[in-house]
Amino acid sequence: MRLPCPICGERDRREFTYSGAAVALERPGAEAGSEAWDDYLHNRDNPAGVTRDLWYHEQGCAAWIVMTRNTATHEVLGAALASEARRAGSTS
Amino acid sequence: MVDLKTKTPCAGLVPVRVGPLSLVEDAPGHMTALAPYLGQDAALSEALKAAHGMAAPGVGRMSGKRGARALWFGQRMILLMGPAPDAGLAEFAALSDQSDGWAVLHLEGRGAGDVLAHMTPLDLRPTQFKRGHSARSECAHMPASITRLGDEAFQIMVFRSMAATLVHELKTAMGRVVALQ
Repeated sequence: MRLPCPICGERDRREFTYSGAAVALERPGAEAGSEAWDDYLHNRDNPAGVTRDLWYHEQGCAAWIVMTRNTATHEVLGAALASEARRAGSTS
Repeated sequence: MVDLKTKTPCAGLVPVRVGPLSLVEDAPGHMTALAPYLGQDAALSEALKAAHGMAAPGVGRMSGKRGARALWFGQRMILLMGPAPDAGLAEFAALSDQSDGWAVLHLEGRGAGDVLAHMTPLDLRPTQFKRGHSARSECAHMPASITRLGDEAFQIMVFRSMAATLVHELKTAMGRVVALQ
């Protein structure tokens, strides 16, 4: 499996560490209520299809990356730096 | 006062010579990580040029020449190798001394690329990874910095604590490659 790093280009999967759904970037406010926090901390979808998750390019440039990929076809549809995805205010 | 002796990371481990391949240690002198402050990348590059004679390297590149080099070293990170860093650089970047932290090895000779192909998932084909190209990747499962210095010459860097393991792995791979030549 090859993954595209926005900085380094296409690299081997071995260089990356998987870190779960990109929902981790959408931290609710302190007053958001227990339901929002429950979703943020515990509840995850398990889509057969397009999903967005966080990868850390640990053995490479050390960037956090939001990867868009298809769990059914193993297609990788896109990659963006988590810092920029977050600054843009949209990770979904 | 105790007189401490300097010991390089690969002292006693190299040189290793197998057929046409040689593995030697490079003692680059000072090594300093430069992490540019937000928006200061261009200013840092100018300061580097003025103080040490090389612009900041682009992503995946090395700039400068033997004795004074700047290596792309990861996301928003440059490694200055050779000279002690000019104090003026601190205006544009966070500086941290890495001098004793990294083992720096040079692998050279016919088949050097084949040796590395045993150990790293990088695409090292000469059309993809040219002289002056540099990458952070893994080398025999260790975090490494790999740079092409010539057609059959590479610089390989790992943390000092992993020097013996890297030399061992390289020596083994060198033997395998030479056996097939």
